[in-house]
Amino acid sequence: MTNAPAAHSRDRTLRIVLPIVVLALGLSLWALVVWIGNIPPYVLPSPELILQTLVSDWGLLFQSLLVTLATTVEGFLLAAVGGVGLAVLFNQSRLVEYSLYPYAVILQVTPIVAIAPLLLIYLPQPLAVLACAWIVAFFPVLANTTLGLHSVDRNLADLFALYGATRGQILWNLKLPAALPYILGGLRIAGGLSLIGAVVAEIAAGSAGAGSGLAYRIAESGYRLNIPRMFAALLLLSVAGIVIFYLLSAINYLALRRWHESALDQER
Amino acid sequence: MTMNKTIGTHSGSPLIALRGVGKTFASGTVALKGFNFDVRAGEFVSLLGPSGCGKSTALRIIAGLSEPSEGTVEWTSSRAPVNDESRIGFVFQEPTLMPWTSVFNNVLLPLKLKGIPIEKARARVVAALDRVGLKEFGRSYPRELSGGMRMRVSIARALVTEPTLLLMDEPFAALDEITRFKLNNDLLQVWQALSTTVVFVTHSVFESVYLSSRIMVMAARPGRVFTELKIDAPYPRDQDFRTSAEYAAFCRRTSEALAQAMAAQDTAAGGAA
Repeated sequence: MTNAPAAHSRDRTLRIVLPIVVLALGLSLWALVVWIGNIPPYVLPSPELILQTLVSDWGLLFQSLLVTLATTVEGFLLAAVGGVGLAVLFNQSRLVEYSLYPYAVILQVTPIVAIAPLLLIYLPQPLAVLACAWIVAFFPVLANTTLGLHSVDRNLADLFALYGATRGQILWNLKLPAALPYILGGLRIAGGLSLIGAVVAEIAAGSAGAGSGLAYRIAESGYRLNIPRMFAALLLLSVAGIVIFYLLSAINYLALRRWHESALDQER
Repeated sequence: MTMNKTIGTHSGSPLIALRGVGKTFASGTVALKGFNFDVRAGEFVSLLGPSGCGKSTALRIIAGLSEPSEGTVEWTSSRAPVNDESRIGFVFQEPTLMPWTSVFNNVLLPLKLKGIPIEKARARVVAALDRVGLKEFGRSYPRELSGGMRMRVSIARALVTEPTLLLMDEPFAALDEITRFKLNNDLLQVWQALSTTVVFVTHSVFESVYLSSRIMVMAARPGRVFTELKIDAPYPRDQDFRTSAEYAAFCRRTSEALAQAMAAQDTAAGGAA
């Protein structure tokens, strides 16, 4: 009872400050190790040098970042549309579900690293990269949406039946809204996976040449022993992943904040 | 004092008749057997019984949500066209609201599903919310309301189609006593104002006596009507009735009937074992 708001705000401050302190300590330790050990940059560059490289190579790296992000976003959107669409189709027709679901699972359990080289043989390179991003991202959307469409409150379903609702009305007014939290959860996973799919495909395509995404830059810099640039590109990839995650979390929060447990304030 | 005068104007003429209705679930459980039940227009009738006596099943069969395994369900009143979905309103044990949308949209749902345009529906939704005292809460979300208020929304939704028959499945069982008493009074008021017919499922003797003009006491294994009681105290009923000797006497009689019903089912179960 003593000062609940103050305790709450202190907790929030800690949640922001502590990770920053850990980051600062880690970077200092890293810089110290490089300095004391006199480690050459082609073995382990200092954080400072990585930052310098990021600035000096910004034009090249930013261009590559845009390429990777474009693939990621396209793969994500296709996964969202395909995953939700297929789940709705499965929900409406048992026959379609029985016919196709096992193949969706096969596509999911086969490691994408193993599929990528094959796709690169049959598809033009940008399309193959996009296909990889889509394959890894679409399954969580499909699985979550399927779960959501099946999680309708039974009494609400009875109520719709009582008022003679059509299949379309049930889907649009009951099943899809009930599935929304699940769909958004699936999309949050799909965003990260889409980036991973794009990166895996770019790495696989690396030797094939035409690629210019961030992952391709990492592979290329590796061959040239340009380790600082490898780290800089990796840093950009991480930042991209974090931004995607928080963007989708924000959408999730905005869509659910008025009604779903997951998005409500914890305080009572 | 004239008895039953204030019970709906059509009281007495049959509205729906269940004859020899039985329900056996796929698991083999016999929920209902030889269930005979007439609902008369304008009455407030309760199905009272222990859990497992098939009272909820009977309600679902009347609503058409469940098919009887045997027997017939017949709408006998010409006032209730068979294909008109507006003839039935259903209130579940839980408020059963759509959490993702506003109170207004929840009450609008039955009209929306029937394809009534929003301009025409708006006034009816507002009137239904007004009737349960929630006119100001149309924009709220179900989560933002108390349990009692959510149940009011659920009742408003059932009333918005102006149903001939209102079916209620232990609607107040999860509420605290103060809220339940208040909702009992409000429900009686709404019932009288709309001169609708109510079938009310409950396991509370006190609630059934307070509300009903007639009580069907049910027994379990298999679910059936054990006996029927008339509560011929006049309406409107209020706090005075709740504390009257007359009410206490009705409650005693009903409790005794319920005790006999349970004794009968225990004997039957013992005999079967």
